[in-house]
Amino acid sequence: MSKTQDLTCMLGDKNFEGHSFNCLPIKGEHEVLQVLVSDWEDMPIYLTVTDTQILCITYLCRKDEIKQDQLSNLNELLLELNVSVPLSSFSLVDDYYVIFGALATTSSDEDICKELVTLAPNAYDALEAIESYLK
Amino acid sequence: MSGVFNKLWTALRGGVREIGDAVVDANGVRIFEQEIEDARANISDAKRSLTEVMANKMQAERRVKELVDAISEHEAFAVKALEKTDEGLALEVAEKIAKFETEKSEQDAIVQRLDRQVDALKNNIKNAEKLIADHERELSIVKTTESVQKATEQVVENIASNNSTLNSARDSLDRIKKRQQMRQDQMEAGEVLEKEFSGNDLDTKLEEAGIKGGKVDAEAILARIKSKKES
Repeated sequence: MSKTQDLTCMLGDKNFEGHSFNCLPIKGEHEVLQVLVSDWEDMPIYLTVTDTQILCITYLCRKDEIKQDQLSNLNELLLELNVSVPLSSFSLVDDYYVIFGALATTSSDEDICKELVTLAPNAYDALEAIESYLK
Repeated sequence: MSGVFNKLWTALRGGVREIGDAVVDANGVRIFEQEIEDARANISDAKRSLTEVMANKMQAERRVKELVDAISEHEAFAVKALEKTDEGLALEVAEKIAKFETEKSEQDAIVQRLDRQVDALKNNIKNAEKLIADHERELSIVKTTESVQKATEQVVENIASNNSTLNSARDSLDRIKKRQQMRQDQMEAGEVLEKEFSGNDLDTKLEEAGIKGGKVDAEAILARIKSKKES
């Protein structure tokens, strides 16, 4: 069984800190798992396993949704917030602002669950922080 | 480390699709992986040589120790021969000692040479291990970048094939706010219901106290019917 299949089984049965996980594999050559954390379903988390890491990514918004004259202010805000945000960091992937967490492939089930239930509310808060920079 | 972050940044800026080729080496990831494999093979060769060299060294050291013992033994013999004033025998022993000492200095030289080889081999192994760790880290940066890009493409394509787009931030915010509003409404509705229930509670108390309403009671009905009949 692949790592993402393992994770799907593990997360399907879990109830972690009062949250459950709804997993949906995304079709394609690369293994990607969509995870919805209960109570925070509006910000899906996309989980990818590489040789060295488990990456959990939530797409916040496209670059072109931001007021163009506010881009550098937003970037500065996100850099300044980066260290304070628990477990998650901000990044740009192609044209998307994302918030993500990276774990070692040796992480325990608990670590992965903790990451997911931390990332989801972080994504909500991040979106609120970004709101005033939107077009 | 050859500035992998700078190369990565340049590649991303340039919109390069095959990040690996642009960052790791002009020849790409495959050759880079081959280099790592070669370095691993070198390490296992070096480790094999190292065991051989160390075995040889132990052998030479053992010989040196034997010679040291033989020399001191023969020195004692020479002393005894001199005590017996047998100059001839003493000289013969001394000649033997000279042979031992020649061999010992040869073996000492061998031990020193092997020591230097051990150091050199250990150094090679350490350097190869560092090189592998560096290369692997660099390769992992590149591969992760590619994985993330591919995953993003897949997510975007998948959502597009379901006739929707990856949520815009506005849509997400709207939905989140609606959901929060709904939760708020549910909480308020819950409070209203609770009040009604506690209102019912009051009704029950009033009924029990005979102040309000009252039970429908068969005897009372019968009495009512009787009184109607009589009138």
